[in-house]
Amino acid sequence: MSDTNGTSAYERWRQAVDAAPPPKFPPTTISGRTIEPLYWDEQNPGEFPGQFPYTRGVHATMHRGRLWTMRQFAGFGSAQQTNERFRFLVEKGQTGLSTAFDLPTLMGLDSDDPRCLGEVGRLGVAVDTLDDMQRLFRDIDLNDISVSMTINAPAIIIMAFYLAAAEDAGFDWKNLRGTIQADILKEFHAQNEIVFPPEPSVKLVIDLIEFCTHHVPQWNTVSVSGYHIREAGATAAQELAFTLADGFHYIDKTLERGLDVDDFAPRLSFFFNAHNDFFEEIAKYRAARSLWAETLRDKYGAKNEASWKLRFHAQTAGCSLQDKQPEVNLMRVAYQAMAAVLGGCQSLHTNSMDEVLALPSEHAVTLALRTQQVLAYETGITNTVDPLGGSYFVEQSTEEMRTAAQDYFRRIEELGGMMTAIDQGFFRNEIANAAFAQQQELDVGHKIIVGVHRFVEEEHKPLDILEVDPEVEQEQIASLRQIKESRGQDEWLRSIDDVRRAAENNENLLPSLIAAARARATVGELMDAMAEVFDRHTAAVV
Amino acid sequence: MSHLTRAPRIVLAKVGLDGHDRGVKVVARGLRDAGCHVIYAGLWQQPEAVVQTVGDEDADWLGISILSGAHMTLVPRIMELLEAAGLEHVQVLLGGIIPDDDVPKLQELGVARVFGPGTSIPEIAKFVGAVGEPSDD
Repeated sequence: MSDTNGTSAYERWRQAVDAAPPPKFPPTTISGRTIEPLYWDEQNPGEFPGQFPYTRGVHATMHRGRLWTMRQFAGFGSAQQTNERFRFLVEKGQTGLSTAFDLPTLMGLDSDDPRCLGEVGRLGVAVDTLDDMQRLFRDIDLNDISVSMTINAPAIIIMAFYLAAAEDAGFDWKNLRGTIQADILKEFHAQNEIVFPPEPSVKLVIDLIEFCTHHVPQWNTVSVSGYHIREAGATAAQELAFTLADGFHYIDKTLERGLDVDDFAPRLSFFFNAHNDFFEEIAKYRAARSLWAETLRDKYGAKNEASWKLRFHAQTAGCSLQDKQPEVNLMRVAYQAMAAVLGGCQSLHTNSMDEVLALPSEHAVTLALRTQQVLAYETGITNTVDPLGGSYFVEQSTEEMRTAAQDYFRRIEELGGMMTAIDQGFFRNEIANAAFAQQQELDVGHKIIVGVHRFVEEEHKPLDILEVDPEVEQEQIASLRQIKESRGQDEWLRSIDDVRRAAENNENLLPSLIAAARARATVGELMDAMAEVFDRHTAAVV
Repeated sequence: MSHLTRAPRIVLAKVGLDGHDRGVKVVARGLRDAGCHVIYAGLWQQPEAVVQTVGDEDADWLGISILSGAHMTLVPRIMELLEAAGLEHVQVLLGGIIPDDDVPKLQELGVARVFGPGTSIPEIAKFVGAVGEPSDD
């Protein structure tokens, strides 16, 4: 394979390796044997990493040049408590922050809403107003660390709060690095944190893409997520296909705004599950990269290589964790994490062994992070790129994953596209059928879970788990009431009217939401204002 | 058919805000296949609405799925409402992410059984007295 200058794929790869930072550690085995950055078949070289279509990885040197980001998802209780956990993690060597919000925030409800009884600050941090966002990131250098925020239906409001908080703390938006999940389509397929109907929900995602493309250029605008699709019971092929189809839909909709694909596609990132079936997971990541690259180049006409590169975060499979012999979860997580690394992830969250019981304790979360550090520094799997490339099994599995995904793309198109497929319940039915089939496999004994179906221990040794202080709910409600009483009423009312008007005029909502954040409008109030225009999703969620 | 021999009638519901419905949907389908009459009330159910459904459907069992950690707030409320509605004969099952320490407290409140991760469908079906044949009704 030669390009127009007559340079072979190998030569281009070699140039990229020479230009890349040298390996951080001598790439030798424990026994002192030198490991090359890449191994390939000289008779039939095939593709090289860092080159289209990136089956072997998006960078020429992958983890040999730079490790993945170790990013543990954290958040509970009040903004102040989560801020303390963040600072603890940074101290332990974590290189990126990942924010979990509580269910009321994820559903766009204020902490004092009666529907939130018992849920405030429980699964993540409660954010009602700009003040909470400021407390959450107090004394954290936002120029230095990348911040991920997992939120969807109210993502645009949370982003407005973050941008206001960052600017008020003296950070330039142009330097902010991070990701907001903002992937509403997978909520309709799987996770169910839905507020508005599908069309306006997608409009809000596109507003985020459009605004950040112009004003927050290093921000990853959408984390197109297969993780939750998989957790809901999908197969690996469904996870792959539905996630990429969602990504294509966001591209279609952003192109309708008149943006050039190369202006925004490099800032779309992905989030995949790392499940138990080691080789299937690796094949899934490899297939995802080549499918994305080919579609971006050949269908959307992207010319910038950054648009072709599928970058992804992985998280080990929460649904694989067991409450019987919970320490065994450490081993599950380690193998899953290894699959994600061998599959070429850019960042990784390893689940804590106790997450099947509660939010992770500090002890459990430290072990989870240590699991990644052992992979990175002790196992040697980072010394060479795509060490499984060329394996008959992995290559064929990769091809089979591609074919299965392409079949799904065709079926979605035949149904009339993404929106029609959602309306018809296509994704939900496919996933529910797969989930049921997996349960049946377990129930009839075709699949075995260690410690549950075999190797059962009668004695049950409970772990010490994190308990969220129930006082948090009352304190958060009291703090919210105080803010509501002390804010400037005229400015607050006007700011909400502006949001409503922007929604009616089909404008980009971020500028008015940022102003409303500063006027101390709450997440719930802003969702209500938008719902007056957009309506609420009332389709039976069964 | 007498009340005693009819297929068990079970209302399943997700209470609170969490949207993790994989488990409850699998259980709904599995119990239906095992001969139960299953009414799945869906996501985001408030305790009041669930108890109303239990009464309206003349249910024998109520299965609640909670993975959000809010069970110690929501379950006591449901038990109170069931009693207030004269439905204390309805047996309550709980599924989801429930820490060990909470299980005896929930049983003291009257919860018949807590099913954690790894539970098989036949185990639940047996517990509710399903006969093992798909229900016609």
